[in-house]
Amino acid sequence: MRKPLTIRTIQALIRFALLVLILLIQQVILAQDKGALKCGTDFEGGIPYIFGDKDDPRSLVGFEVDLLAALEQELGRPIDRKHAAFDSLLPTVRRGDVDFVMNGIEITVENRKQADFTRPYYLYQLQLIARGNETRKFTTLEDCEKLKLRVGTLNGSAAFRVLDATDDIVTKGYDDQEGPFKDLVAGKLDALLFDVPIALYYVIQDNKIEHRKKDFPGLKLVGRPFAEGQYGIAVKPGSDALRAELDAALGRVIQSGEMKRILTKWHLWSLDQYQLYDEPAVVASESSGLAFGQYFVLLLKGAWVTIQITIVSMALAVALGLPLAMMRLYGPLPLRWLATGYIEFFRGIPVLLLLFFLYFGLSELIGVNLDAMTAAILGFGLNYAAYEAEIYRGGIQSIPLGQWEASASLGMSSGLTFRRIILPQSIRVILPPMTNDFIALFKDTSVVSIISVIELSKQYQILTKTYGQFLEIGLTTAALYLIMSVPLGYLSRYLEERWGGKAM
Amino acid sequence: MSWSITLTNVTKKYGERTILDDISLTIPAGETVAILGPSGGGKSTLIRCVNGLNTFDAGEIEVGPHRVGPTGPKGVITRIRQSFGMIFQDFQLFPHFSVLENITEAPIRVLGERPALVRERAMLLLKRVGLADRATAYPRELSGGQKQRIAIARALAMNPRGLLCDEITSSLDPEIKTEVLNVLEDLKRDGMTLVLVTHEIGFARRVADRVVVLCDGRIIENGPPASVLDNPQSERMAAFLKCVMG
Ligand SMILES: Nc1ncnc2c1ncn2[C@@H]1O[C@H](COP(=O)(O)OP(=O)(O)OP(=O)(O)O)[C@@H](O)[C@H]1O
Ligand SMILES: [Mg+2]
Repeated sequence: MRKPLTIRTIQALIRFALLVLILLIQQVILAQDKGALKCGTDFEGGIPYIFGDKDDPRSLVGFEVDLLAALEQELGRPIDRKHAAFDSLLPTVRRGDVDFVMNGIEITVENRKQADFTRPYYLYQLQLIARGNETRKFTTLEDCEKLKLRVGTLNGSAAFRVLDATDDIVTKGYDDQEGPFKDLVAGKLDALLFDVPIALYYVIQDNKIEHRKKDFPGLKLVGRPFAEGQYGIAVKPGSDALRAELDAALGRVIQSGEMKRILTKWHLWSLDQYQLYDEPAVVASESSGLAFGQYFVLLLKGAWVTIQITIVSMALAVALGLPLAMMRLYGPLPLRWLATGYIEFFRGIPVLLLLFFLYFGLSELIGVNLDAMTAAILGFGLNYAAYEAEIYRGGIQSIPLGQWEASASLGMSSGLTFRRIILPQSIRVILPPMTNDFIALFKDTSVVSIISVIELSKQYQILTKTYGQFLEIGLTTAALYLIMSVPLGYLSRYLEERWGGKAM
Repeated sequence: MSWSITLTNVTKKYGERTILDDISLTIPAGETVAILGPSGGGKSTLIRCVNGLNTFDAGEIEVGPHRVGPTGPKGVITRIRQSFGMIFQDFQLFPHFSVLENITEAPIRVLGERPALVRERAMLLLKRVGLADRATAYPRELSGGQKQRIAIARALAMNPRGLLCDEITSSLDPEIKTEVLNVLEDLKRDGMTLVLVTHEIGFARRVADRVVVLCDGRIIENGPPASVLDNPQSERMAAFLKCVMG
């Protein structure tokens, strides 16, 4: 017998839920009362901002680490560091996951749409970097434009926007600091544009500079630093009390000479930095939001890249899958092992790793420099070939043995039987999972951004990181994905009917 | 025209189990032979060995001018298959081909004959098995009896020197069986060598020139239907008959 839920039990449940809720809220309030501030920062933000010590990667060092320590002193409150990827720092503070974020975040118009900023704590400039053996002469952005150079920098940085605003420079955005340096050395880029601190630690061959990056020798600074800007601490919009508190603390760190001491220790002090003392009015590089037409064209370009990668990789996978399946099914022993090994290997490793290997690893290992698009197509093609091979195998094996025997009894060879009788029938079984894979691949392609291919999702990220406008650009991107994948779904259903309908 | 079949000391084993035990049997050209016997007696295995769907472990099989041993050779097996048709209990038509394509596939692709010629012949064969109007149908649209007649037409399109039939009416309703059996009788009149594995004792008695009974991999009876079926020599045959006739 089931007891009906009486009103009394419902009330008891509600009361219990309320109690739990109150306890939870208390817990949260208590935690805040302790006075610790949560600071969001990218632990892999890189030299010289914040990075893992070479000798003890668990302990973080960098000039911002020192600044945080000084702030702790001045605020009289402990600061807990929380990791978040560089791109997501501003959204993180906006959501309120942390109290403030600090990681070489530039005080720009766009960034100020997402968060409020304190007074600046460092004045940066941008610096061009080239290979030491570069023979072409370029020292300014205009030179780069004339030569139509490929220039790399960090996504979402001020340098990115500066490059993107030019007409003829091919801008390549990266999520990590190392990537563009690797690509410059490998010849996949002609130049880099970075904030001076980064340029300093990666290029200057001065052994006195501690923590200097030694992996990329033979680079040089070209031209003078330009495009001045400011780093500031970002807080959630409207949290004026916290901002005032931080402003005051920063002011004391600067006035006391502690800021100068820290920057000098990290070789970042220059006469310009005296402006910090004046609490300068925020000068932000001028640029407004994008019009629909402007970002739509960029998103379309991204969508086209997505389509290209999807179609060519899938074609490769479908073409490669069949011989793999046949080797696994009918090959002599060594070939069968080879095919099985291939399938297990490529199904077992993440595509991400494969893309990294093809793009960076190959050039380091055997000097083969694949361009990013080729690496992406090859990576997905090889990876999906393993899956398609198994789909083929399942389809082929689903055809009853009797069909082989009937064909054999008519004198047909096994090759002819496979081609004319077995494969056409198995298409019916093969097609549905294969079209599924096609649609999955279509969405999987967003991974390729890690090797600096800019497809649709990446283009969305870049645009929103640079210009904000999350809602409209996001909706447009989603609409583009839908416009592409819905017909894909129809196509697959059509194919299933067209090819599958004929068989039993 | 038709070919004879001769098995000499054929032995077939699955692991330790002997499925065909030193079988020797001659089927002269143009003869119709019914193979009977209890389930598991080795009937299917025997005719599958003849066209190389099963290998065997010892002995020799001669089909017309061709002779194969346990190791082939493969080329000869293919030759035998091209000239000796086989029909299965479960039809095994090609479901993705139309009726006409089922029939024309092998002559065009294997024998390399001209498609137009083959199609003409196929239409004649369809008429012969009474299905001229179903040329464009797909197998899934046919009844069991129709499927089996198409399977026969498919085998006949290769201009075979004989047919091997493995219980080809067993999965058909009694009324429909006759459609198929009539086609076989017709082929017998043409003088084609027919090897019929069957449970249709009545049909065997009426149509077969000879009845061979296989039991536990051995031939326990071999003779004209009248003597084997009405006057069995061995006790086991008598028991088998009693069992089958009820
Ligand atoms: N692939 C195989 N592996 C092992 N044993 C097999 C295999 N195929 C058949 N056999 C065995 O061989 C014996 C003869 O089988 P076969 O199919 O020739 O019998 P049959 O006389 O055709 O019987 P039925 O009237 O049931 O069709 C059976 O005992 C069967 O279990
Ligand atoms: Mg059988």
